[in-house]
Amino acid sequence: MTIAAGTQATGATGRSPGRDWGRLMPFLFLAPWLVGFVVFTLGPVLASLYLSFTKFDLLRPPTWIGTDNYVRMFTADYRFVQALKVTFTYLLFEVPLKLAFALLVAVILDKAVRGSGFYRALFYVPSLLGGSVAIAVLWRQLFDGNGTVNRVLLWLFGIQGPSWISNPDTAVYTLVLLAIWQFGSPMIIFLAGLRQIPQDLYEAASMDGASKWRQFRRITLPLLAPVIFFNMVLQVIEGFKAFTPAFIISGGTGGPVDSTLFYTLYLYQEAFAYFRMGYAAALAWVLLIIIASFTSMSFLTSKYWVHYEDDGR
Amino acid sequence: MAELSLRGIVKSYGDLEIIHGVDLDIKHGEFVVFVGPSGCGKSTLLRMIAGLEQISGGELRIDGQRVNETPPAKREIAMVFQSYALYPHMTVYKNLAFGLETAGLPHATIDARVKRAAEMLKITDYLARKPKALSGGQRQRVAIGRAIVREPKLFLFDEPLSNLDAELRVQMRVELSKLHADLAATMIYVTHDQVEAMTMADRIVVLQQGRIEQAGSPLDLYNHPANQFVAGFIGSPKMNFLSGVLAAASQQSLRIDLSGGGAVEVPMPPGPLSVGEALTLGIRPEHVVTADGGLPFAVTLTEQLGGNTVVYGTLAGGQSLVAQLMGQAAVKRGETLSVTLPPQCCHVFDGRGRAIGTVTQ
Repeated sequence: MTIAAGTQATGATGRSPGRDWGRLMPFLFLAPWLVGFVVFTLGPVLASLYLSFTKFDLLRPPTWIGTDNYVRMFTADYRFVQALKVTFTYLLFEVPLKLAFALLVAVILDKAVRGSGFYRALFYVPSLLGGSVAIAVLWRQLFDGNGTVNRVLLWLFGIQGPSWISNPDTAVYTLVLLAIWQFGSPMIIFLAGLRQIPQDLYEAASMDGASKWRQFRRITLPLLAPVIFFNMVLQVIEGFKAFTPAFIISGGTGGPVDSTLFYTLYLYQEAFAYFRMGYAAALAWVLLIIIASFTSMSFLTSKYWVHYEDDGR
Repeated sequence: MAELSLRGIVKSYGDLEIIHGVDLDIKHGEFVVFVGPSGCGKSTLLRMIAGLEQISGGELRIDGQRVNETPPAKREIAMVFQSYALYPHMTVYKNLAFGLETAGLPHATIDARVKRAAEMLKITDYLARKPKALSGGQRQRVAIGRAIVREPKLFLFDEPLSNLDAELRVQMRVELSKLHADLAATMIYVTHDQVEAMTMADRIVVLQQGRIEQAGSPLDLYNHPANQFVAGFIGSPKMNFLSGVLAAASQQSLRIDLSGGGAVEVPMPPGPLSVGEALTLGIRPEHVVTADGGLPFAVTLTEQLGGNTVVYGTLAGGQSLVAQLMGQAAVKRGETLSVTLPPQCCHVFDGRGRAIGTVTQ
């Protein structure tokens, strides 16, 4: 009975123009974003996946070469290995040092020091400027052979330092320093996390006789673990994507002796210096897989060291 | 067990003084309750004893030793917080053991103390759980357990039952009293709930605006309040205050004419009072009696509590009065009763709210 009544109500075709229009309406409103997403994100992503299996130099149409790009990458490309080595070295120092420094400053600012709002803003400034070309140029001036760092060393200790940027042993560490200097963003997140820890836990701990250091180790760190985890994942992803400073400081070469050849810089060289678009696309997909693997591993191991408030077990 | 001595204790934040020279002695094994309205300084006073707030002036001694500058951990005090302050990432066992581990006690001692406290508080089954997986009452027990395991000289409780429901509060009240009897420890307990204070305390300290209004045993405060504030704060429903004037005075009694009509002859000497002086007559609701030939009492509201009936209304002249009648009194709104105020139960307060004296109860 109900079905028959429904059929009658919607006419002979079983559909009404008003109802069709109603169904379409949400998609019309979504259309600007959907079009943008398909044309500028999903399309290029799928295209790059296709291109990674081709030989493509922008001038001629892509030629399908199967998995050749990937085979070459893992068997015959020493610069790919070097790029990975540089990037992992950078990450190994940059992520923990930056997080530790950001946490240290956040803990200091969390105490009600006079003018803490001003310092909070001041310490955030490098994060706004740090990724810019101007700061990379400034960094070059600082760590060059005749740069400010060496002048200070000479003036203070009478030591003539090397050109930190031109020395393959030290070049990548100047970039690590530049990244640590941009600690503002994780610091603000740490500060927000610290403010969430109830003060009475510290009071209870001080009644229990815990020193400040023990309070930090046994209360602050475990309760801040979700924030540390969040910051760590973000910084690892950011670290893999680091490009501008290495490009400017090495003049786009990744030198000296490929010592600042970040993965993204190598990818850029393959794409826009040598016009090996297919190979560059394959490099991009491998980077995506590496980042995804790191992130998944972080999430999988997090249950052993991250305490979440809603997990009562 | 510890003995405490507070001498002229002052707390200031900049120019703002919030505790104004508190003097108090607490004996070994005493259960003292600080009670007062919100903002009266009771928690601040407790935190100063704990060492969590600096003492701006005066002297605090525990067992004769001045401890003004001694850090909290060295005062041999344990505190139970209003929020419980349990470490959320640690199991109940770890929460209980934290202070002992910090003190560097041997593992066997820690284990024994934790298990003994858990048994005493009936939380042995929850030792492996985290606080989030416990009910409010269980968390409260853990918080108390954390204090017990340290075997302190003095226990401090900062409104520990305020987050519990009414039934659990009554249960925990009884358990805390038992615990005090078992441990025979000195305890200071802060609450704004005068029922908690009355039922648990050996001695109640009533505070208002950073000053002690009166300190004494619960019944002492109930029967002989030093002033109108204490009289109103202790007892539920609170004491009735009726304005009047001293109409006549003899060596043995005062006759007080109530505003709006009616008079009460109170059997007490007038002291410094003079005839014609404005006074306040205080009488507890449970002492108001319905009897023929008394004052007309227009009922505006009744509350049936089963065991007794609370009747709200006004006397002639519009003075509010609350009467607590035994049993289930059949009184309706709009009815006019006749009530008497037994003179032997009356309290008299002068124009500044100070008690003139209380007749024998």
